[in-house]
Formats: sequence, structure tokens, C-alpha cells
Amino acid sequence: MAFQILLNFFLAFIWMFLKTSYTPVTFLVGYFFGLLVIFTFRRFFHTRFYGYKIVAVIRLFLIFNRELFLSNLAVLKVILKPKLDIKPGIFALPTELKEDWEITILANLITLTPGTLVIDISPDNSILYVHAMDIDDIQEAIDGIKNSFEKAIMEVSR
Amino acid sequence: MTEILKFFIGLTVLTGALLSLVTAFGLIRLPDVYTRNHAASKSATLGVMLVLLGTLLYAYQDTGSFHSRLLLGIAFIFMTSPVAGHLISRAAYNSGVKLWGNSVRDDLAKHRKK
Repeated sequence: MAFQILLNFFLAFIWMFLKTSYTPVTFLVGYFFGLLVIFTFRRFFHTRFYGYKIVAVIRLFLIFNRELFLSNLAVLKVILKPKLDIKPGIFALPTELKEDWEITILANLITLTPGTLVIDISPDNSILYVHAMDIDDIQEAIDGIKNSFEKAIMEVSR
Repeated sequence: MTEILKFFIGLTVLTGALLSLVTAFGLIRLPDVYTRNHAASKSATLGVMLVLLGTLLYAYQDTGSFHSRLLLGIAFIFMTSPVAGHLISRAAYNSGVKLWGNSVRDDLAKHRKK
């Protein structure tokens, strides 16, 4: 991915030299044409076309923001309810992610999800221990959310 | 346009202050370290972020200068606050702080025993 971006910069500079005009606008035009060229020749690279990856990163960021708002609403409801009828507990959550940074992002996302907080990660990086505020009604919902998160993170790292 | 912006600024700052207040309530009301950590690591994050966002928009609307340090502050809080919550609860668990009496299950204790 980094190689493709570097190549795109080179193409933009070549465009600037061809035009003999060294302004940011010329650079952007050259960058755009370089993007088209790299997209056309995408089958010669080992990795995917890097535009897909940027879209995946933006989607992950939007998911992050949405979950932050939803989790705040959920915590607000629990705190302001007159009767305290929560059932907290710790459950184990197996994960398929391998790299350290992927697991960090997954743990951060889970912490910002409604009613869950990561307490520990097993030494071989395969299980996350999650403290949930309301364990019985949340178990299936968590699995669904976790699948969507894990899928979004894999989309970025693939 | 400026009226809409002013309304939006007021809304963000008030919502942020309200969320911080609810966090303080949660710290008093909730029964143990872990559930309190839920309140502290979520509501406080968004509360502070909203106040900073309101400040950023206000400074832009009032003087026309764009304070990028506030934007950096928002990004750093967004990244560091969940990690801080995780580390505090992990330290509490490792030093043997008990879960609340009504807690349902504890898989971590089971796995540690093995």
C-alpha cells in the first residue's frame, strides 16, 4: 500500500515536470491522473488497489463514531434509571485477529460499544475478556456487533 | 447561517456538560470499580470531546481563526481514553478487587485457575 502511494506521488511530480508549473493545483491534477493510471494497472501489484483500503478506513471511523454515541445513550439510561437492575459479568470472547494493532483497535471499539469494557487479553492474543454491564440481554447483540467490527478491521488489514 | 451555527455551538457545549454531569452521577451511584469504569470511560470521553468541539466552532465563528490544537486535543482524547479505562480495570482485577455481589459470571477467573 505504501509503495502504491509513493508511486502515485512520483507520477504527480512527473506531471508537474511535464507541465512546468509547480503549484498545488497541478500537483492535485497529476495525483488524480496517477490514481487513474494505478487503478488501470492494478493487476500488476501484489496487494489490492489502495483506494479500497482508504474507503475501508473511513468506514471504520464512521462505525467508531456511531458506536460512541450509542454507548453514551445506553450508559445514560442505566445511570438515570431509578432502579438499579443491572447484571454485570465477565465473558470470554474468542477473536481471529492476529496482529497487535488489529487487536488494539478491536479492544478500543469494544470499550466504546454499549455496555462492554475489555479487562484482559490472553497471553496468546486469542481471547479477549470483556466486562459487560447487562450480560443476559447483550450476549447475542454483542456477537453481532463483534462480527461487524471484526469484519471491518479485516477489510482494512487484508 | 450564523444563527444556526450559534444554536449548534450551544447545543454541543450543553450536551457535553450534561454528559459530564451524568458521569459524575454514575461514579457515585454504580456499585463497583468495573461498572463505574463504564461510566467514566464512555460518557466522560464524549462529554469532553463535545465541549472541545463547541469551543473550536465558537472561536471560529467569533474571531475567524481556526484553532487546530483543539482538533488535536479531540483526537488524543478519542485515542487515549478507552486505553486508560482498560488499564485501570485491568490493574484493579489483577490486584484482586472483587466484582459486585450480583455479578452473574466470571470467565476470567475460570481461565486463570486452569
